[in-house]
Amino acid sequence: MDYFLQQLINGVTLGSIYGLIAIGYTMVYGIIGMINFAHGDIFMVGSFIALITFLALIGLGITWIPLALLLVLLAAMILTSIWGWTVERLAYRPLRESFRLAPLITAIGMSIVLQNFVQIAQGARVKPLQPVITGNHIVSESGGFVVTLSNIQIIIVITTVMLMTVFSLIIARTPLGRAQRACEQDRVMASLLGVNVDRTISLTFVMGAALAAVAGLMYLLYYGVIDFYIGFIAGIKAFTAAVLGGIGSLPGAMLGGLIIGLIETFWAGYFSGEYKDVAAFSILAIVLIFMPSGLLGRPEIEKV
Amino acid sequence: MAEAAQTTRDGAAPSTALVSRLAPAFKDAGIAALIALALSVPLLSERTVQQGSSLVLQNRWWLAFTAMGLVFVGRLALNLLREGDVTSRVSAVLDQAKIGLPPTDFGRWLAPAMIAFAVILPFMPFSDRYIMDVSILVLTYVMLGWGLNIVVGLAGLLDLGYVAFYAVGAYSFALIAIHFDLGFWISLPIAGALAALWGLILGFPVLRLRGDYLAIVTLAFGEIIRVVLLNWDDLTNGPNGISGIPRPTLFGLQFKAFGDDTFAQFFGLSYSPLHRIIYLYYIILILALITCLITIRLRRLPIGRAWEALREDEIACRSLGINTTNTKLTAFAIGAMFGGFAGSFFAARQGFISPQSFTFIESAIILAIVVLGGLGSQIGVAIAAIILIGGFELFRDLEQYRMLVFGLAMVFIMVWRPRGLIATRAPTILAGGKRDPPETVGGAQ
Repeated sequence: MDYFLQQLINGVTLGSIYGLIAIGYTMVYGIIGMINFAHGDIFMVGSFIALITFLALIGLGITWIPLALLLVLLAAMILTSIWGWTVERLAYRPLRESFRLAPLITAIGMSIVLQNFVQIAQGARVKPLQPVITGNHIVSESGGFVVTLSNIQIIIVITTVMLMTVFSLIIARTPLGRAQRACEQDRVMASLLGVNVDRTISLTFVMGAALAAVAGLMYLLYYGVIDFYIGFIAGIKAFTAAVLGGIGSLPGAMLGGLIIGLIETFWAGYFSGEYKDVAAFSILAIVLIFMPSGLLGRPEIEKV
Repeated sequence: MAEAAQTTRDGAAPSTALVSRLAPAFKDAGIAALIALALSVPLLSERTVQQGSSLVLQNRWWLAFTAMGLVFVGRLALNLLREGDVTSRVSAVLDQAKIGLPPTDFGRWLAPAMIAFAVILPFMPFSDRYIMDVSILVLTYVMLGWGLNIVVGLAGLLDLGYVAFYAVGAYSFALIAIHFDLGFWISLPIAGALAALWGLILGFPVLRLRGDYLAIVTLAFGEIIRVVLLNWDDLTNGPNGISGIPRPTLFGLQFKAFGDDTFAQFFGLSYSPLHRIIYLYYIILILALITCLITIRLRRLPIGRAWEALREDEIACRSLGINTTNTKLTAFAIGAMFGGFAGSFFAARQGFISPQSFTFIESAIILAIVVLGGLGSQIGVAIAAIILIGGFELFRDLEQYRMLVFGLAMVFIMVWRPRGLIATRAPTILAGGKRDPPETVGGAQ
């Protein structure tokens, strides 16, 4: 039972990170109906930017952790957003009216570019970071097995919930959110009614990238080690989460992220660590085949 | 081909004097340069270096400013060149090569000329070991490209996990050849059949999916197969791979320096390691040509037409009574079979295989060959494979940079010519008994 509880805590933490990345997939898919294959690598870029900013701040003598983290968060969100914007501008916008598979292929290209750019600029070796946030809370203790809840896990879950709330409000209440939902339903009609479609889509990418940057920072703080390849697997898993929750749905992305995180943690905890990726990928295939609209999504109606 | 002139810039510049365009051009280039600077900070401007147990930063601001300057100059040049747009001119030439020239000899003779050159290549004076090795590699990718072309180019099913079949072929071949002690020519068809079977197994569940969902699921399948190969130690020897795979023989004649029944002895030649390489070269050339020939013939059969119809409109297909399940499954299975053949050849040539050879990036490269060559175009795929894989080899020393350039090329060629370098969309056979234009016969479509 204690083991179960510990896995549950770890799973929820991991799921929060996946959920944050999944939001980027789900928003982009919702608005332009494409899989932003490079989103996982945007997450990786965000994580690297966070790492470098953090080291730079320490170099500047800012060692009060809360301030440093806040600055890192802001810098990572802003700079990663620019990356997200640029990717959209270069690789997707010119192909907006092209056939369906074209942007997917440029997305794969962009993913390769980002990975190799970071590899060249920062080296292929893994980048460790000493634990920044320390401290554990003991949840329960019995028979020598201690269930702990660390501060970083609390921070990750709380941040995720807060960001989720904020972004749901943005989508539901602000003019930008209204424009996004309009573009999602009918791009041509929205543009006829005065919505700047290009700008709205760009902002969607910016929002997705900003959330991915937060996820990148969380990942860095949680695992303490990153490399240029983390985006690929994390990206596929987050995409699985988005699909599982119902692509296009924000709460769905979060729910899907949690489920994927839990399944992965429990699989690794009870069966085998080697095949945990297989578990996640199999879920992706099974969900897409039997439940293409996901848990909270709307069924896609095919118009002729 | 209206997309030919489509570039990343919005609107059209009025044909005014150069001076009046300078100000906006500079402004635009300046903005682009600022964005480039923002992108370079901090990924380019600072480098994380391991020092002892901790990471430290190394300042490289000059790199960021160089990037900024390059973007400024490049963007400015693009803006000023807008009217005499280079890319659209090249596009026009390429389009002419396709539309304007076929009645003349260019299109008709290109494919036979390439095949003839491929046949005599080993006997050219400049063909040394290196050239032959690269040619074998290129032909392997040509074959993989043609195999994937059936799935992606003809049937329109985006398969991001094609490397799975390549891996299945290679591993089946290696295991059959080693455990049952069968030769290359017996193991090859068995491995191909097994790959086709896997094509059916993996294809069956994904039939209902469309477009990018299909792409992601096939990607997941590709990764699953790789992870299984990596972890199933008893069968595949895990990350250490399988070695000692038997080499192909010519009617039982081996390519060895010593011993009985060697190729050199039988033909009374002095032994040269090049014999084996040339033999391998012809094997892959023949395999690739068989792939191409079968594809061209299949396109004229009802199944091939069904593929092309499926690519254009699945709903219309179903309405017209085409069995989409069988159509998709055959495309998957036949594509997988050729992938399996190529995998077998790869295993036999290398003598060693490990899961490392079958990563997602291989799928991406094969897909890039198909897409950049032009979906559905046999000759386009061959040319793209030669350019991409040949280019890869040329820049082997720049290991790190070539993948970066590869990714950039994938993006920009796609933006520039979304239908590929040699774009074809016309069905192979038209209604009303109208025959193909002659240039398609040689596979030059």
